[in-house]
Amino acid sequence: MAGFLRFENISKHFPGVKALDGVSFDVREGSVHGLVGENGAGKSTLLKILSGAHPPSGGSVLLGGKEVQFAWPKDAFDAGIAVIYQELNLVPDMSVADNLLLGHVPNLRGFVQKEKLLEIANGMLDYLMEPIDPNRKIKRLPIAQRQMIEIGKALLHNAKVIAFDEPTSSLSEKETQQLFKIIAGLKEKGCAIIYVSHILNEIFEVCDALTVFRDGRLIETFDDLEGVTRDDVVSRMVGRSIEDIYGYRSREIGEVVLDVRELTGPGIPEPVSFSVRKGEIVGFFGLVGAGRSELMRILYGVEKMYSGTVILNGTQVSIDSPERALNAGIVLCPEDRKLEGIIPVRDVKENINISVRKQFVKVGFFINKARERANARDFIEKLQIKTPSMEQLAGNLSGGNQQKVILARNLSIETELFILDEPTRGIDVGTKSEIYRLIYSLAEMGKAVVVVSSELPEVIGISDRIIVMRLGKIVTEVYRDRATEEIILHHALVAQDRAQKTSLTTGDSK
Amino acid sequence: MKTDSTQSAGGNAFSVRRMASRLWENSGMIVVYIALFILLSLFVPYFFTWRNMIALALSISMLGMVACTMLFCLASGHFDLSVSSIVALSGVVAGVVINGTGSVALGISAGIIAGGIFGILNGVIIAKAHINALITTLAMMHIARGFAYIVSGGQAMSIGNTGFFGLGNGIFLGVPNPIWITIVCFAVFAVLINNTTYGKNTLAIGGNIEAARLAGINVDKIKIIIFTMQGLMAGFAGVILASRMTSGQPMAAQGFELNVISSCVLGGVSLTGGIAPIQGAIVGVLIMGTVQDAMSLLNIPTFYQYVVRGLILLIAVMIDQIKQQRMSKAV
Repeated sequence: MAGFLRFENISKHFPGVKALDGVSFDVREGSVHGLVGENGAGKSTLLKILSGAHPPSGGSVLLGGKEVQFAWPKDAFDAGIAVIYQELNLVPDMSVADNLLLGHVPNLRGFVQKEKLLEIANGMLDYLMEPIDPNRKIKRLPIAQRQMIEIGKALLHNAKVIAFDEPTSSLSEKETQQLFKIIAGLKEKGCAIIYVSHILNEIFEVCDALTVFRDGRLIETFDDLEGVTRDDVVSRMVGRSIEDIYGYRSREIGEVVLDVRELTGPGIPEPVSFSVRKGEIVGFFGLVGAGRSELMRILYGVEKMYSGTVILNGTQVSIDSPERALNAGIVLCPEDRKLEGIIPVRDVKENINISVRKQFVKVGFFINKARERANARDFIEKLQIKTPSMEQLAGNLSGGNQQKVILARNLSIETELFILDEPTRGIDVGTKSEIYRLIYSLAEMGKAVVVVSSELPEVIGISDRIIVMRLGKIVTEVYRDRATEEIILHHALVAQDRAQKTSLTTGDSK
Repeated sequence: MKTDSTQSAGGNAFSVRRMASRLWENSGMIVVYIALFILLSLFVPYFFTWRNMIALALSISMLGMVACTMLFCLASGHFDLSVSSIVALSGVVAGVVINGTGSVALGISAGIIAGGIFGILNGVIIAKAHINALITTLAMMHIARGFAYIVSGGQAMSIGNTGFFGLGNGIFLGVPNPIWITIVCFAVFAVLINNTTYGKNTLAIGGNIEAARLAGINVDKIKIIIFTMQGLMAGFAGVILASRMTSGQPMAAQGFELNVISSCVLGGVSLTGGIAPIQGAIVGVLIMGTVQDAMSLLNIPTFYQYVVRGLILLIAVMIDQIKQQRMSKAV
C-alpha cells in the first residue's frame, strides 16, 4: 500500500560523500513514522530534502501520489510540509502571537488586526495546552515552550506532513508527554508525521512505523512495531549489538576537588553547597529551569555569583570570567553548542585549539601551527570526529561531530574539573557510548567530572552520585547504588506544578 | 589541497574542476584583479608605466594602511567609522605640535597618540559599556572631526618644518616612503591575523562571540586592542598625509572610512565577522585604487566615478553572496 508521502529512490551526493543512497519508503496518513540512525546516517539530509532546503541528487518525493519539487523551503511549507528542527526558527524579540502567524498576520489592507491575531493565537495556545500570554516575547520563554510555538506555527498553516527533528532534546519529561499528546491529536487529524529521535524509548512509545538508516542507506523499514525490540533496532543502527550503552566502570574516588559552599547567584536564589571528588562523576538532574545550567555558568564565571565560596583543591578561588576559570582548572562544555560552542565560520582545527592555543605559542605570541595541527589530528582520531579534513568549516559538520569538536577543545586543556552540560543532547547511541567512555577515562585519570543531563537513564547510567535540583535549589543527593528512576523523579518533580509555574514566570535566563 | 588529490578518485577531469572551483572560492577576487590589470594595461594608454604604477600605489597607501586594522575590526564583527576623522585630527595635532615645539619626532608621536586615545576610547566604550560599535564610532567620528576643527581653528595649518616632509615625500630605492610603509603594514598584519593568538582570537570573536567567551578568550581585552590599534594606525596615516600635504587639514579624508570598509568587503572580508583573509583586503584596496586610477587616465568625470565605484562594490558583494550560497549548499 502506497503511503500519503512517498520517498522514491532518493539519493543525495555531496562532494566526496554519499549522504543518501537510493532510499525509498512510505509514510501513511494518520501515522507516526520514526527515523533512527547514527549521526551522519542520512536522517537530517532526508529532512532537508523534504523541507526543500536541498534538492535531491536523484529520485523523487511523492505527496498524495503526485511528484513534488521544491525550489525553496517556502514551496514545501506552502505544500503542507512542516519540518520542526532542533534549532528553532523563531524571532526572539517578537511576541508569541506574532511568531505563530509570522508572515501571515491577519490584516486589513496592510493594517494588522490585533484582536484577530490574538484570537487565533489564543486558540492555538489552548489547543497546544500551553497557558502562555500571547503577548510575551519568545526570548522570555523556556526552550520547551518555544518548541510548542514552532509546532503551533506549523499547525496554523494546515500542515499535512509534519516532521520532528529530535523534538524532545530540550524538553523535560512532562513536556515530552505533552508533546506526545499533541502528536496523538495530529494523528487523529490525519497528518502524516515523521519523528526523528535518538531516544529509542520515545520511538517505541510514539511511533507506528520505523525506518533505520546507516551510512546513507536504508537498512530496514518496520511497518509495524509489534514484536520489534530495542535490540533489533540498535543492532541495525550500529551494525553491531550494543550490550550496554552506558558501560559503567567503577573506579577509586579520592579527595575533594571542588567544594562549593553557600553559593547564590542569578538563577540560584538560595544558598547551595556541594562537593565533587577526584575521580568522581557527579550527575546533576532536574527539570528544565531547575537551575542546573545556571549553577554551572556561575562556577565557570559566565555569570557572577552573589555570595558564597568556591574551593578548588583546598584553595579558595574567585572566578569572574571563563578565562579565570580555565586558569584555575575548571572547564565547561556548554549546553547549547550552536550558540555557545561552535564557531561555524572557522575550521575544525581552529575550533579545537581555541582554548589551548595560549600554550602553543612561540616567542610570546606566534602560533605554533605544527603543534596545533598535531593536536587537532590527535583528537580527530581519538574522538573519531567525522570530517573530510581539519580545514573543514566546523559549521558544516553534523551535530554529534560538532559536539566532539567542542569536547576536543575542552580536553585539550589541562584541568581538574570538567563540567559537561548536556554532553549528549541530540546525539546518536553510538556516539553517546563513545562520549561516556571518554567521561570514564577522564575520571580514571583523576579528574572530577560534573555531568548535567535531562536524560534520566543517562544520569543514572553514568554517575557515581546524583544531585537533584529543583527551583534553583539542591533537593537531594543520591548515590549510585540507591539511584532509581522513581526516587530521582520523585525529588525532581515534587511540587511540580509550582516548578512549572516558576519556569513560566521567570523563564530561562537566556 | 592535499585532501583534494586523495579524495578525487573520480578521475582527472573531476579533480581539475574541483581545483579550479577551490581557487575561485578562495581567491576569486585575485583572479578578477589580475584580469582587470591585464585588460587595463592593454587598453588604457599610460596605465602600465612605472610612473603611473607609483602614482597608483601612492594613491592607495593610506587606504591600505588603515585597511590592515579595519580588517581586524571587521574580523571581530565590528565597524569603525571614526577613522576618517582621526586621520584629519592627527594631522592637525602633528602640525600644531611641530609648529609649537619645532620637534618633528614629538609632532609625529603626538599625532599617533591622539589617534590612539580615540581608539582606546572606542574600544573601552564598546567592550565595557556594551554600546554598539556603529554608534560609538559614529559619535567618535563627529567628536574627532570637531576637535580637528577646534585645534586648527578651522583653517588648514601649514607646517613650517621641512624635516617633517621627508616622511611622506621621501623616496627610498626609487619608491616613495608611504608605499614602503604600506607594504610593511600589510606584511605585519598578515602575520598578526594568520600566525598569532591575537589574530585567531579576533576571528573567533567575530565567528561566535559567546563561544569565544566560554572558550576562555578575554573578549573585552581583545576588542580594546583592536580599536586601539585602529586608532593608532589611523593616527599614523593622518601624520603621513599631513607630511605629504605639508599641512594639517581639518577637513581631510571625508568619507574615507567607507572607502576602507568597501575595499575590505570587496576583497571578501565578511561584514558579520569571522572571515577576514588579508589577501582579500589587499586585493580590495588594489581594485579600488586601480579603477580610480584608470578612470582618471580615461578622463572620466568625477561625478561618474562615484557611480562606477558604487556599482563595483555592489557587484563584488553580489558575487560573494552567490559564492557563499554555493558553498553552504555544497555541504
